[in-house]
Amino acid sequence: MNPSEPLSAGDQSTLTKPAAHPASAGHSRRVFLFKLSLLLNGAVGMILAVPIVGYLLGPALNKRTRDDSWINLGSVSGFAEGETRLVNFRNPVTTPWDGQTGDIPCWVRRIAGNNFQVFAINCAHLGCPVRWFAQSKLFLCPCHGGAYYEDGSRASGPPERGLFEYAHKISSGSLMICAGKMPTLAAGNCARPGNQPLTQIEASSEPGVNSWPA
Amino acid sequence: MAGMKQRAIDIYNWFEQRLGLGTVAIQAAEHQVPSSTSSWWYVFGSAATVILVLQVVTGILLALVYAPTAGHAWSSLEFLDHNVRLGWYLRAMHGWGSDFMVAIVLLHLAQVFLFGAYKFPRELTWIIGVFLLLLTLGMAFTGQVLRFDQDAYWGLGIGASILSRVPFVGGALVDLMLGGPIIAGPTLSRFFALHVFVIPGILLALVGLHLWMVLRLGINEWPMPGRLVNKKTYVQQYHQLTEKTGIAFVPDAAWKDAVFAAAILLAIMACAFWFGPFGPTGQPDPTIIQTAPKPDFAFLWIYAVLAYLPPGLETPVLFIAPVLIIGSMLLLPLLSGEGEKHWSRRPVAVLMVALIAVTLGAFTRLATYAPWSPVMNAWTSDAIPVADLKDRAPLEREGAIVLQNMQCRNCHSIGGAGGMRGPALDSVASRMTEDQIIRQVLQGGGNMPAYGNALNPAETTALVHFLLTLRGGNLSPAIDASRTMVLTSEPSPSSAPHNAPTSGAP
Repeated sequence: MNPSEPLSAGDQSTLTKPAAHPASAGHSRRVFLFKLSLLLNGAVGMILAVPIVGYLLGPALNKRTRDDSWINLGSVSGFAEGETRLVNFRNPVTTPWDGQTGDIPCWVRRIAGNNFQVFAINCAHLGCPVRWFAQSKLFLCPCHGGAYYEDGSRASGPPERGLFEYAHKISSGSLMICAGKMPTLAAGNCARPGNQPLTQIEASSEPGVNSWPA
Repeated sequence: MAGMKQRAIDIYNWFEQRLGLGTVAIQAAEHQVPSSTSSWWYVFGSAATVILVLQVVTGILLALVYAPTAGHAWSSLEFLDHNVRLGWYLRAMHGWGSDFMVAIVLLHLAQVFLFGAYKFPRELTWIIGVFLLLLTLGMAFTGQVLRFDQDAYWGLGIGASILSRVPFVGGALVDLMLGGPIIAGPTLSRFFALHVFVIPGILLALVGLHLWMVLRLGINEWPMPGRLVNKKTYVQQYHQLTEKTGIAFVPDAAWKDAVFAAAILLAIMACAFWFGPFGPTGQPDPTIIQTAPKPDFAFLWIYAVLAYLPPGLETPVLFIAPVLIIGSMLLLPLLSGEGEKHWSRRPVAVLMVALIAVTLGAFTRLATYAPWSPVMNAWTSDAIPVADLKDRAPLEREGAIVLQNMQCRNCHSIGGAGGMRGPALDSVASRMTEDQIIRQVLQGGGNMPAYGNALNPAETTALVHFLLTLRGGNLSPAIDASRTMVLTSEPSPSSAPHNAPTSGAP
């Protein structure tokens, strides 16, 4: 920078010497080679981008069906008729370092006999954990006050729809649910053929249909 | 002694000859700035940079102990708090530093906006500043996730739920954000990478660019009413001003920056010392559902907005509002690059800053007590005031028990205790008649669930009888005016056909 310094001044002169003959025959060849090298690097970069982008997008490219599987929630007799209770299960897809986050709760409602409903813990509004109040027969969300009736239908508050439900079946006396993915408005569920997203919205701001048999 | 000094100069020169950075740095530090900019209003940018350095240093120190895995992150924070000497203090400084950083960056933004500093030729400096604000908020959010507690876990759930509403690609975005099917190990790992590598890398690079442009274009001069920015003449005028009133940035102007930065650092250290680290709250175990997640300070206003938006508007607002807000901030200097800089001649700008500040403040304040959230344990923890039970009939007292048992208190307060989701019930009978209360309880409506399925007729009767005693001390009970009209018009049979269309409605 400082021209008074001998070292940098010397550098300057040696560096600028070749540029003093820009019109030389070698110049256009070197410019061509430089452009070619840019092209080469562009091509290498594109090839390099394939594994990088593929790696980054990996989680989104996974087949959805791989995440969901049937989970045993225990014997049917463990659930009292007419009651709703919290059941924890280990998510079918976990990593060894998931710790407690791999344990997922859900609300199991045994209406009568083999007639069940299994609700996700996540509020349909923004995913906070809803809590069941047996006395008032309501699910309440602590975050923004979403409320649902005992059948999971929307009662009041900001949610646009009822609670997410897991598909379930009774298999040799045990209650099985199909789970594995965090339930959101966009998450497909194996209960819905063709991975149809759960985006249908109850437009009405009035209480759910079967809330009040008038 | 003189020999020592000469030796030091020789060593400096040895390095300088090879690095050549000292001269440049000294020139940059001593560059001339208009003397009017040596002001206490011009200290926020440098303070934000100093806090950034503090955050980098404390962050690296925390990373020496922190275990970035879902299974161990929470316990490693507990270990930092309780088992590592001064670990709690480093955590506290990093946490408070984050809050101060967001606050100072916002102050810097408001000051720069009010002083018209975004106008020509500093448009790009502003635009990069907008990205720096977003990156700062990104650091605050990802940092909150790394404090892998209940709030972080459910905060991630909220983030995923918001992303899931994006049309068409929502599901893929959720997968990308979580790194797997659920909030778990891969989720924390990617937020760790964002917080520790990706965002700080971009942030530091952009801060460098931002500073480079401040040096290259000169600090914004103190605006004067009537001195308009014109792209043709501005640069020349600025240079004249600098030549006429110029002072060396270091030390003539920079001492105020240094003093303010020291004061802010002291404030962070004091807050860290007195108030301690943030959390961690409960462990990130989703099966522990007795929790009411809340975001950190910088995001409380969003939490409030999400509670108040009507359900149908929520998704559009969530995706359109940020685009509009960020877009208008980015376009501001391009659309308004010339003209008046002084705040006294820009009333709309001043009003906007005031309005935004009041709005953010009000939403943040509301979010600190979240009146929209039910108080999940009010029904078992808040008793009915004795005055409301004294000299009441057995049926009315039975109604008070129904009111407690049915969790009404989670949303309705009595005697100042209970939820604020619904109206307070202290004087409900002075606002609603018996018929109206029965209808409201059984059918719900207006944000209240219907209790028709949860209450049997006896419980309903008892509850309504108790509610009818709640008249806020001794206000007169609500009456149905139309009903008296019906009753008084009944004796005259000839007028009945005339009244029928109006009085028959209730």
